[in-house]
Order: sequence, then structure tokens, then C-alpha cells
Amino acid sequence: MAGETLFDKVWRMHVVLTREDGQALLWIDRHFVHEGSHHAFAKLRARGAGVARPDLSFAVADHYVPTRDRGAAIGDAAIGRMVGQLSDNARAHGVRLFGLGDPAQGIVHVVGPEQGLTLPGLSIVCGDSHTSTHGAFGALAFGIGASDVAHVLMTQTLWQKRPLRMRIWVDGAWGPGVSAKDLALCVIATIGADGAQGFAVEFAGAAIVGLSMEGRMTLCNMAIEAGAKCAMVAPDDVTLAYLAGRDFAPKGDALARAAADWSALASDADAVFDREHRMAAADIAPVVTWGTSPEDALPITASVPDPAREADAGRAAHVADALDYMGLAAGQRLSDIRVDRVFIGSCTNGRIEDLRAAASVLAGRRAVVPGLVSPGSSRVKAQAEREGLDAVFRAAGLEWAESGCSMCVAMNGDQAGPGERCASTTNRNFKGRQGPGSRTHLMSPAMAAAAAVAGFLVDVRALPAVR
Amino acid sequence: MEAFTRLDAVAVPLPYASIDTDQLIPARFMSRPRAAGYGDLLLHDLRSTPGFLLDDPGYAGARIVVARRNFGCGSSREAAVYALVDAGIRCVIAPSFGDIFAANACNNGLLPARVSEAAAEVLLARLLGPDRRLQVDLEHATIGEMGFEIAPVARLKLLRGWEDIDLTLSHRAAIAAFAKGDAARRPWASATETSATGAST
Ligand code: SF4
Repeated sequence: MAGETLFDKVWRMHVVLTREDGQALLWIDRHFVHEGSHHAFAKLRARGAGVARPDLSFAVADHYVPTRDRGAAIGDAAIGRMVGQLSDNARAHGVRLFGLGDPAQGIVHVVGPEQGLTLPGLSIVCGDSHTSTHGAFGALAFGIGASDVAHVLMTQTLWQKRPLRMRIWVDGAWGPGVSAKDLALCVIATIGADGAQGFAVEFAGAAIVGLSMEGRMTLCNMAIEAGAKCAMVAPDDVTLAYLAGRDFAPKGDALARAAADWSALASDADAVFDREHRMAAADIAPVVTWGTSPEDALPITASVPDPAREADAGRAAHVADALDYMGLAAGQRLSDIRVDRVFIGSCTNGRIEDLRAAASVLAGRRAVVPGLVSPGSSRVKAQAEREGLDAVFRAAGLEWAESGCSMCVAMNGDQAGPGERCASTTNRNFKGRQGPGSRTHLMSPAMAAAAAVAGFLVDVRALPAVR
Repeated sequence: MEAFTRLDAVAVPLPYASIDTDQLIPARFMSRPRAAGYGDLLLHDLRSTPGFLLDDPGYAGARIVVARRNFGCGSSREAAVYALVDAGIRCVIAPSFGDIFAANACNNGLLPARVSEAAAEVLLARLLGPDRRLQVDLEHATIGEMGFEIAPVARLKLLRGWEDIDLTLSHRAAIAAFAKGDAARRPWASATETSATGAST
């Protein structure tokens, strides 16, 4: 009999029962809710139901929180109501709240790991598609909709169909100026925005082992943009070192017991995957997106595609539509695209390492376009300030703000204007994602910083040295 | 939940790939309570695009949407499904769907019917002609003469109008037993807040 994959092992540990039709009822170890979860709480109220395990549920204010003037009352009534509703629901159900003003507030997918709530081998869900982020610890983590959020609140379980297993093996060492974000975009461009649909993805290989937890989180975060059910990386010493001393992580004897369990999670040598992809980290260059889907990604050295040269009719139509929306010409060099603003932040690239990468490019340089830097959490913000990164951003002319989803989803009022082109470290370049009519180019923190300095999309590796 | 068996209705062609949930309902509208209805918000920012057929009088009363691959990718917002349902749509036909969208759809009586890319192109082309009605039969998984795919579990759920929660609550005892055993098997999995020194805070 073939061995088990990391996914198989974690899945198996959480199956309460399996129905005849194959649907499994999974036990959920951690459930994160945010402002958007009001639909689910309304369903609870409609049924007169309560939260089954408030001790395993955590509320985080992130999507709607203001990133400026935190002390003041929220000016927009609808936004204020969204933030207030979360606090009310958390209080009513006895759920721990990381709310506005909490020193540990931040974006849910930054807060969970940072608090040590995210651990190897756990099952983690949240009413947010980028829950895949938590898989970087070897957890089974995926996003769900409001009906399922309500189901988990009421039962701490969820019915799921077992996905297929895919391994993406990345060999070799990383080139200079290249990061996990570049790999993520490269993977999505290679397999397509639905290339991993129906699959649990495991990232493995020397290049993945060589990544920090921040890098692994960036990678797993973006797996949803390839349509993956979830993404995972086997826990190792890097994982353990990250978790040491985190508020909610096990300590002492409990940690020793946990570490022993976690070391058995890695995929067996003879485990079988339903699909495998292999890539070499050395082949990856800094990548930017040009279109309106994360799969519309190319190395910065390339040119915008030409719909006339696309063989597939559907693809040709998409390319033409995307170029029209993005205000680009077929064949135009990516490095000739002028940007209007930059955004550095989000659950994809708002962690301390991301801010360090951006700051190292900006140090001693000036941004020629306006830009906003929103740390992934209030703790990341404090850490960055201890390291003096805020001073680097400010000296470069960028705005240093509070933590939240901010311009990743433009729900809190932070947005790019119609037709404005934003170099962004976020995860979605969908039409209007950063505001009606806005144009988003996705890239790494270093590449966004370089774009701020140049005023164009530019290869960070080719930026002239600071004099 | 309203069961889905058969539907004979006007179908509107939306010949785009990867119509994401941010298109289905832009984020800035999501603070609206559901009771106010989401139908007018469906594909809000695309409706003014020249040639966009959702509001074309020739497709008035459409209850079916046909689109290209990767429909409903992106954010997990169930509001994307609410917008479709509130606008009267009960079935989306496409070559593939975002996973979370498809699950949300089945939780709200909206049928995500998978067809091949070639079949989707045939339907998209045909709906531009005078015959704009489609007959969807979930019992037999057919659209007119054409077959479609749907996971057996999802099919049954839609056919019966089941909600997961009712079934789950019947397994209360099994869940409690699992939780008890699991707490013993994985004592480290409880979420206890302690400082680095091990003292409770
Ligand atoms: S930062 Fe963006 S992607 Fe991440 S949770 Fe917030 S809105 Fe979603």
C-alpha cells in the first residue's frame, strides 16, 4: 500500500465520520471570523442557535478597519456598523476578539500565525478564501462561505468532499531579487487560475525548505489564485522556530508532545500524488501581472501579449478584454508601463520580512509616485517601527498607516481612483478590486518598492545603486 | 432551501472567463444587509460595458447564465451567490467553477452545471440567436440534449433542498465523542493563551 501524503494524514485525523456518498464530516480546530461574517451570525440568530465552541473561534477586525486616525470615530456609518457588528457578535457569543485598538489586531491570516493559533496538523477555516495561508504550517486550511461559517459556528464541524492531491516540487536555490511572490505568480501563470481546482496542493523541494515562514505563507496564500482547495508545506525546524513563544502556541511538555506529532506529518517517501509539477527556482525572474486575472503574469523582462497571437478563442477574448480594461497595448514592454501609485501590504505580503524587503529597496531613495504602506498586523507595525522601517518608508515619501486589508479589497475606503494604475503587493488584479475602474499590477514587495522609485514597472535587479 | 428539479427559462450568455466574485458583487456593496436584496448589485460594474447582455431586453427574465471557465473564482463571499439568486438566477452553466463558489451555490439552491469548453461555446453561440431558452433537468443532469456534470452529493442536496446543518445535528453524539477522544489524542491542539513562560495571562 502506498504511503500517505501530508494532506492525507491531516485529513484523516479530522474525520468524525464518512457518509455513504463519501462526504466526510471534519472536526474544525480553529475558526476565524471577520466583519464579513455578519451573514453567518444572522443565520445563527434566525435559528436561535449559539456558538458550539467559542474557545476555538476567534474574531479579527480587518476588512473594514480604517488605516488612518484610529483614535477617531469611524466617519462612514456603513463601515462603522460593519466593525461594530463584529464586536457585538463576538461579545454576545463569548468569542475572543482581536478588534480595533487591540495591540494584536491585524489581518486575520497574519494574526492567526503570529498568535500561535495556527499550528501544524490543525484544521482551520475562515470565511475568507486566503485561509489557505495557514497551510504554510502544515495545517489543513481553507476558505468557506457564510452558510458553512454558520455551520461551523453551530457544530465545530464541516461536511467536505476529499480533494485530489497535487505536489508542486521546486528545486534549487533562489536567484537574487526573487521571492516567494514571484514563484506564486509563476505557478499560477503556468498551471492557470483554475489549474489546481479540486486539489490540495503540497509545496515541496529544496527551494521551499529554504523559504522562511513568511515566504511559505505568501506561497500558500496565493494557491487559491490557482483555484486550489488548500495548500500545505510540511512542518520542519523553520516552523518550530517561528512558533516558539507565541501566545497561543503550546509550551513546555505540551510543545514536546506536539513537536513529536508534527514530525510525523511529512508526506511518506512512497506517498502518491494525483498530479505533480516540477519547477526550478533558478528559472524564476521577478514577475508582474499585466491583466485582470492572477494567471496574467509574466517576467518583468517580457512584453504584454497580443490577442491576435492567441490560438484559443476564449483566451484571445480574455486578453483583448484585459488589455482594454488595463489601458495597455499588445506587444508593449512591461517595463514601459508607468504607474500612478503603489500599495505595500495585505495578507500576502504585509509581514515583517516583506516590509524589510521593500524598505531595503527604498532606503536612500525617493518614491516618485504616492504610495501607502499598511503592515499586516499591529504587531508587525510595532516590530517595523522598532527596526526603523517606518522612517525609511516616510523618508522615501510613502505613507505609513495602520494595519488592515486596506487597498487589497478597498472596503474601508482606501482605494485607487478610476483608471489609476497601482503597483501592488496584494493577490488579486481583478477589475475594480482596488476601487471602481482601478488597474492593479501584482508583484513582490521589492518590485513594488522599485516601481515606486522608478515610476514604472521595473526590474528590481536593474535598479541603479544608491549613490 | 428551495429544491431544484427542472428549469425551463431564458438563458443569458456572458462570454467571459474567470468572472470572479468581485465582479459578481463588488466589495463596496457588501455592507448592505441581505434583507435589502442583492439583485440590483449583480455584476454591477460590468453592466455598463458595451455589448454586456445581462440587461438586454432580449434576455428579460433570464434565470440561467452561461459563461466561460473558472466562473466564481476569487473571494469566498457568499454574497456573490445571493446577488445571482436575488436577481432570479437559479442555474449557472460553465466549464469550471471556483470551489468555494460552487459550495456556496449548492447551499443556496443555485445549480452550478459543468459542461465542456466546447459545449459552453456551442451554448454561448446559440443563445445569441433567436432561441434563448434552455431546459435544465437536474434529475437526469441534462441541458436539452446535452449532458452536464455535477458532484453526486451536490446534485442530491439541490434535488432535495437539503441543508447540511439538519443532517449534522443528527450526528451530535458522534461529534461529542470525537471531540473527547481528540482532546486526549492531541492535548496541544486546544487554544490556550499563555505567555512564553507558561503562566496563564
Ligand atoms: S488582505 Fe486582502 S486577501 Fe487578505 S484577507 Fe484582507 S481582503 Fe482578503
